[in-house]
Amino acid sequence: MTQAPLLQVKELSKTFGGIRALEKVSFDVHEGEILGIIGPNGSGKTTIVNGITGFIRLTSGQVLFRGRDIAGKPAHKIADMGVTRTFQIMRPYYSLPAYKNLVIPLFSPRARRTGGWRGGGRLGDRHTVGIDILEEIGFERDSHVPYKATATLPTGYLKRLELARCLALKPEIIICDEVFSGLSMSEIASMVPLIERLQMDGITLIMIEHRLRELFKVASRVMVLNFGRKLMEGPPAEVMADARVKEAYFGSREVREVMDHA
Amino acid sequence: MNQNTPQRRRERIDRGIKVRCQGIYSLMSWREMTYITAPRAALIAGLLALPLVMPGMYWQRVISIVCIYALLAVGFDFLAHFVGLVSLGGAFFVGVGGYLAAILNTAWALPPIATIPAATVIGATLCTLLLLPCLPLRGVYFAIVTLMYPLFLARVIEALDILGGTDGIMGIDGFGGRWTEQYAVIGMLLIVLFAVRRLVNTDIGLVLRGVKDNDQAIRASGMNVTRYKALAVFITAAMGCMSGAFLVHIYMWSGISQFALDFSILPIAATVIGGGGTLAGPVIGCLILVPVSELLRDFGTLRIVFYALILVAFIVFRSEGIMVYAQRKYHQFERWTQV
Ligand SMILES: Nc1ncnc2c1ncn2[C@@H]1O[C@H](COP(=O)(O)OP(=O)(O)OP(=O)(O)O)[C@@H](O)[C@H]1O
Ligand SMILES: [Mg+2]
Repeated sequence: MTQAPLLQVKELSKTFGGIRALEKVSFDVHEGEILGIIGPNGSGKTTIVNGITGFIRLTSGQVLFRGRDIAGKPAHKIADMGVTRTFQIMRPYYSLPAYKNLVIPLFSPRARRTGGWRGGGRLGDRHTVGIDILEEIGFERDSHVPYKATATLPTGYLKRLELARCLALKPEIIICDEVFSGLSMSEIASMVPLIERLQMDGITLIMIEHRLRELFKVASRVMVLNFGRKLMEGPPAEVMADARVKEAYFGSREVREVMDHA
Repeated sequence: MNQNTPQRRRERIDRGIKVRCQGIYSLMSWREMTYITAPRAALIAGLLALPLVMPGMYWQRVISIVCIYALLAVGFDFLAHFVGLVSLGGAFFVGVGGYLAAILNTAWALPPIATIPAATVIGATLCTLLLLPCLPLRGVYFAIVTLMYPLFLARVIEALDILGGTDGIMGIDGFGGRWTEQYAVIGMLLIVLFAVRRLVNTDIGLVLRGVKDNDQAIRASGMNVTRYKALAVFITAAMGCMSGAFLVHIYMWSGISQFALDFSILPIAATVIGGGGTLAGPVIGCLILVPVSELLRDFGTLRIVFYALILVAFIVFRSEGIMVYAQRKYHQFERWTQV
């Protein structure tokens, strides 16, 4: 690639007490690509997301976004720059109906500055925009799903709501922490085109997944983590074939089964 | 329940008129318009009529005190149920607002119409700044710090003998008439109550509710949680400081008893009784608690015990609060269904 990477992660390290959750992990993300990150449970994937987006304080390392070091900045500033994330354990506003969940990010400084959402700041308009975004991301307007109480929504919708919150900010990058997990095969099948559409809209994606088959379909490159270290990185086919990956990562039976399907 | 009797369950269903009122067309029918506006109109008319029906000056004064506590209680309810911060700061806000109004009035000879807004804004700014360090923290720190400040400030005034020491500041202007006093404070309460109700339903109000629900998601949306908490604390502190300023002009005296625990505890008790999260409920709670507390004036500080007992009784027997109960009865009917 000739262009400078959109996001450069350099020697990221994080220790929790004695546990080394991340050890000198470096990688680049280029504009418009989908980078997959895989690794066994507890290998540090969520820690990377938290580290990049400012939700935890890094022990050491640099995160360059468009050449600017964002490591150590508060989470809301990083999100304000367009580096957004979803939460592995979904964090919607349970006391509000689904569409009002989006009024909040639409009210954020970034959405008001860059959003170009129609209506600007007038009261009531963010509700309409929120419903539009939800419909775009797969909430059926006809069956009134956007109006339902968030607490009553099934996992699939909550995962979409996580993505919708990022979209409301008109993001540059979305870091998806396991948006496929907990979904049925058919639900994932309907999510995949959505992910592809986000990419076509020019949004760069980092996707952390345990569902390898689906990930390998959309990702242009995949990075493998093990015990907080980067094991390897490459195109999906190469990763799948690598002996070290198989040994370290696919030791657990369940994952091997998934692998066999792939 | 007995095994042989068929299981029965009470079912609650929205009244037809409530459902009809949710659409825009409700504005075209008198019945529905009345249904929507009657509770509000009753509250407004009731409060405005109170001074007229009170038997004497003593009880009219009690009504003013009710309104002062109600301002604090609405503030508590707003902060606790719409922002997720439990404040024990009633005494802190009243003390700061009260002393500020007293100083502005005695040192600069400003009339109440100037001291009350000034004390509200300056006091709320001061209180917010003093509470700022504990806003990023989660958990009980905020509650504890809001409780510490009034104790601390009262001791400082006492020990250093500043601001009149234990005697307090005397010679403060009154409102120049009990009707002015009554309607100034009742009017203020109504304005504040409806303004806060309005606020929690605007977009910024939704953000505040989001802070309570899930502050991590707020951060992930590119918004500074501490800033929104500070805004909410400012609003609550402003209401508290305003009530303190009213108080010193009503009593024409400002003293360390304005840092008394009553101002922190009674609004909470009133919120529990009236129904948390309803904003109007705490006002009703104050309408009950303050007069009862006046009747028990002879018992002195033992009144705190009495609030505690009422609180416990309400939490055990009717935890939802009067207003929540009334709203349910108004909007829904119940029937028994077989399970
Ligand atoms: N807040 C924390 N305090 C202490 N240890 C933590 C904390 N967060 C994560 N860890 C530890 O760091 C390691 C990496 O955790 P992380 O959540 O990043 O794993 P993961 O790859 O996301 O796993 P999963 O696939 O289960 O989501 C784990 O050993 C975990 O126990
Ligand atoms: Mg994880």
